[in-house]
Parts: sequence; structure tokens; C-alpha cells
Amino acid sequence: MLDTTFPQSDLPATAGVGYKPQHFSQILEQPGSVAWLEIHAENYMGDGGRPLAQLRRLSEQFPISVHGVGLSIGGEAPLDTDHLARLKQLIEWLNPASFSEHLAWSTHDAHFYNDLLPLPYTNDSLIRICDHIDQLQRTIGRQMLLENPSSYLAFEESTWSEPEFLTEIANRTGCGLLLDVNNVFVSASNLDFSPQGYIDAFALNRVGEIHLGGHDTDTDDHGAPLLIDSHGHAIADPVWALLNYTLERSGPKPVLVEWDNDVPDWPVLSDEANRAASALHKIPA
Amino acid sequence: MNTNQSQFTRAMMDASIPVPEGLLDAQNRPAGRRFDVYRNNVAVSLTDAMHAAFPVIAKLLGKENMDGLSGLYLRAHPPSSPLMMFYGEHFPDFLAAMEQLSHLGYLPDVARLELALRRSYHAADSVPVGPEKLAQLSPDALMQTEVKFAPSMQVIASPWPIFDIWRYNTQDGAAKPDAVAQDVMITRPEFDPAPHLLPPGGAAFIVALQRGQNIGSAHEAALAKTPEFDLGATFTLLLQGGVILKLDTKG
Repeated sequence: MLDTTFPQSDLPATAGVGYKPQHFSQILEQPGSVAWLEIHAENYMGDGGRPLAQLRRLSEQFPISVHGVGLSIGGEAPLDTDHLARLKQLIEWLNPASFSEHLAWSTHDAHFYNDLLPLPYTNDSLIRICDHIDQLQRTIGRQMLLENPSSYLAFEESTWSEPEFLTEIANRTGCGLLLDVNNVFVSASNLDFSPQGYIDAFALNRVGEIHLGGHDTDTDDHGAPLLIDSHGHAIADPVWALLNYTLERSGPKPVLVEWDNDVPDWPVLSDEANRAASALHKIPA
Repeated sequence: MNTNQSQFTRAMMDASIPVPEGLLDAQNRPAGRRFDVYRNNVAVSLTDAMHAAFPVIAKLLGKENMDGLSGLYLRAHPPSSPLMMFYGEHFPDFLAAMEQLSHLGYLPDVARLELALRRSYHAADSVPVGPEKLAQLSPDALMQTEVKFAPSMQVIASPWPIFDIWRYNTQDGAAKPDAVAQDVMITRPEFDPAPHLLPPGGAAFIVALQRGQNIGSAHEAALAKTPEFDLGATFTLLLQGGVILKLDTKG
């Protein structure tokens, strides 16, 4: 079942950050411990101009991870072949070190909702997602990494746990996994499970990248905390602790700091990357 | 209870529709306001996208009105692709159809100008011809010549002073707009699109050239609409703006 003909995701087991155009010059001049960069694929699908020129320049100095946010792999409808073609074109042009997408959907009835929406973990959705990942990996000619979502609610119809569901998808399609430990922390708090137990159940040998990000805190109808994956803050201390817990079990992995809203000045983001690099240094190679 | 994506999106886009029943919290109680996270993410991210895409419209209308219009717009025209760089393409026509805004007749054309700036920003890179190419042509040959423009060049013709309105709302100390018709050409010398005021009739001239007419017949088309059309001034702007990629002399 495992198709090993696809080139595997190949990021260095060091710290990276999500690239923001306002940091362009400083990243080149003072990269600090930042050894690779991640971009959102959809922001680089124009025909030219500054975005592609900056990306070309950055790719001369850094391995790049292309992270899609719009393919809607978990959608009930077939994948958008126009969008698949755009991904293929970007990946052929850039030859990035990695491509990743989400266990989520964002398009329905030809409308794109600009958010990562949740899906039930059932045998039906499993088959559909595996078909979509097969189609994607055949189109781009390489392995993809699939990211665990942040959850705010559960589906009554789900019959799989999320780590088992992701493992099964990886086994069936040969895809790798992107483990977002902030998403694990958010989902564990919101759905009342142990984040360490989730990590223990996760196929860490399939992980090609780890994500970290900040979250917000709200409350639900019953006054319980409702954590929101906002990427608008520094990473919370318990999420750093969960990263350490993960790295102790997984060994060194590429670790990315995401900060997408209220983006700070470069020194602040660079400090977060230093902290991720320190966490990697602490574990035996 | 199963929840399909049609039910999910309907309830997400219309808060008066109940949250689908198969969505639960960890104690198997109805998801309730947990579902609002998705309603909120979609509304906030698309509203933010409209503010970023149409800063002058947002300034002219004020934040609250722009928020309200963005909410109406995202329900009337949800994005049709994951390329958010092109979100808002129907906004000028949407504004034109809003009766409450009919007293601000210039808004749709100002929105067209802002859309054109974004298209220019993401357009393909290109290398213009130098002015010597033009100087090499005799006046007769010039009239027989067809012009290929840079993909980053955009033209907007308007009965409103859209250039002055744009400048007044983006540059400190710019003059207040006068009640005149203004045609605008957007150029992108390297990466930053810039609007330029065209002489009267300039947009008709450029559009005729874009349709494949030669300079002679485009000149006639412009003169027919605007008797005072100034070919020399317009051509100087085209050359200075670096928007001519190719001059192709036929016959």
C-alpha cells in the first residue's frame, strides 16, 4: 500500500518560521537560529511581482516548506483541479523541501470559506481523504505531510480517534504527517482528552514537521474554557512543555513557529525560533 | 446523527439557522457557541480581507459601514477560489447596486481602481522597450504600429475624479478632488503599482490599442470621443510608465 516512489518531505531538523513579507530584509540579514521558512501556497499563486521575487530570493538561502491552506482535502466534493494545477506549477517552479496540507475542508459548492473546517472521522471520510491525497501526490509527484486540526467540537458520527485516523491515512497513502502540538493542546482542552495521551498514540515515525503557534482563550455555553487556534500570540508555556514531551519521544524534527495575526517585529519572532532551537538542542540526536 | 457539509456551511453563513444536531462538546451536549468559532473565523477573515483590499473605500465609508458591507458582500459573493488575492472582484458592481449608496456614485469606480492596483501587484513581470524604439519609426510607420502592453498595466475610465479621490485619501496634503471625469493608468515600474492621471481620452486610446487596433486607428477612436485628445502627451506617459513591451509595425 505504501507508495515509496514519491520523494519524501525533506526539511532539516532545525527551527523555522512562517514567512511574513514585512520580515524579508531582516530574515536575510539576521536569520539567527532560523534555518528554514514556510510559506502559504495560496499567497504565491499570482503571475509575478514582489511575492514571487521575494520567494525566489529566499529560496536561494533557505529550504522552503510550502504549506497549502486551500485544497480542501476533507471536502465532500472532488478536489478543485484548477487548484491542483496551481499547486503543481508552484511546486515545480520552487522545488521546495516539503509540501503540507490540512485534515480539514474549506470549499463547498464552489465557494471557498477561508477557514479550516472540521470533519467526522468515519470509514466514508477516510476513503474520500485517501483518494484526495492519492490524487494530490500523483499530481505533484512527491509525498505530502497531512496536519492534525485544532478542534472546537466533535462529530457524533465519528468512529475513529484522530491519531488512529491520521495513522491509517498515512499507512494507506504513504503521506507523512505534520504534528501541530498547539492544535493538540487546543483540541485536548476543548474536547477533554490528555494531550500527552494523544502524542503517545500519534505515529511519530511518520512526522516530517512539527508546528507551534499561539492560541486565544474564550468560554463555551457552560463556562468551560474554549481555546481558539489564533496564531496571534507567543506560544503558551504548556505548549512548549508538550513540544519537549514530543521531541523526547520522536527525536529531532523540523519545528516551525507560526505567527499569522498581529505579527510581531522580527526580534520577537526570532526569539520564539531560538526557543524552538533550544528545545531541539536539549534532546539527544 | 450525521452532519454533511451543506448543512454545516448553511448554518455557518446564517446565524439564524440552528447549529447542526450531530455536533457535540466533550460531554455529548450540543456544540452551541463552539460552532460560532467557525462563523466568526469566516466572517472576520473575509471582513479583514475586504479592509486590506479596499482601504480607500473603507476610509470613505468608515470602519463600521465597511464591516457591515463586507458582511453583506461575503454572503452575496463568497470567495469562488482559494486565491484570496483576487477576493472582492464583484465589489464594484455590488456597491453600484446598493441603493443606500447611490448618492456616492463614485464609489464603484474607486473600488475598480483599488481592484486594479491589486491585479497589477500580482501581474507577471515584464521588460519594456526603450524610447529609442519609437524614435526609430517614421510618422507613417508609427500610425501602422500595434502595441503590446505590460500585464501589470491597468486602465480605468471614469466620469468621476477617481484619481484625485484616491490621492486625497492616501497621501497627506493632496488637493481636494474637483468634479471632473478622470481616466487612470496604473503602472508598475518594479513591484509597486502607481496610478497616473491620463489626459482626457487616454483610456479610450489605450483600450483601442489593447483590442489590437494600430496607433492610427486608436488615435481616431480617441479623437471621436474626445476632440481635444493629446496623442503626444499620452504616448509620453506610456513610455515613461514603462508599459510598452513591444511595437509591431505592419505593412
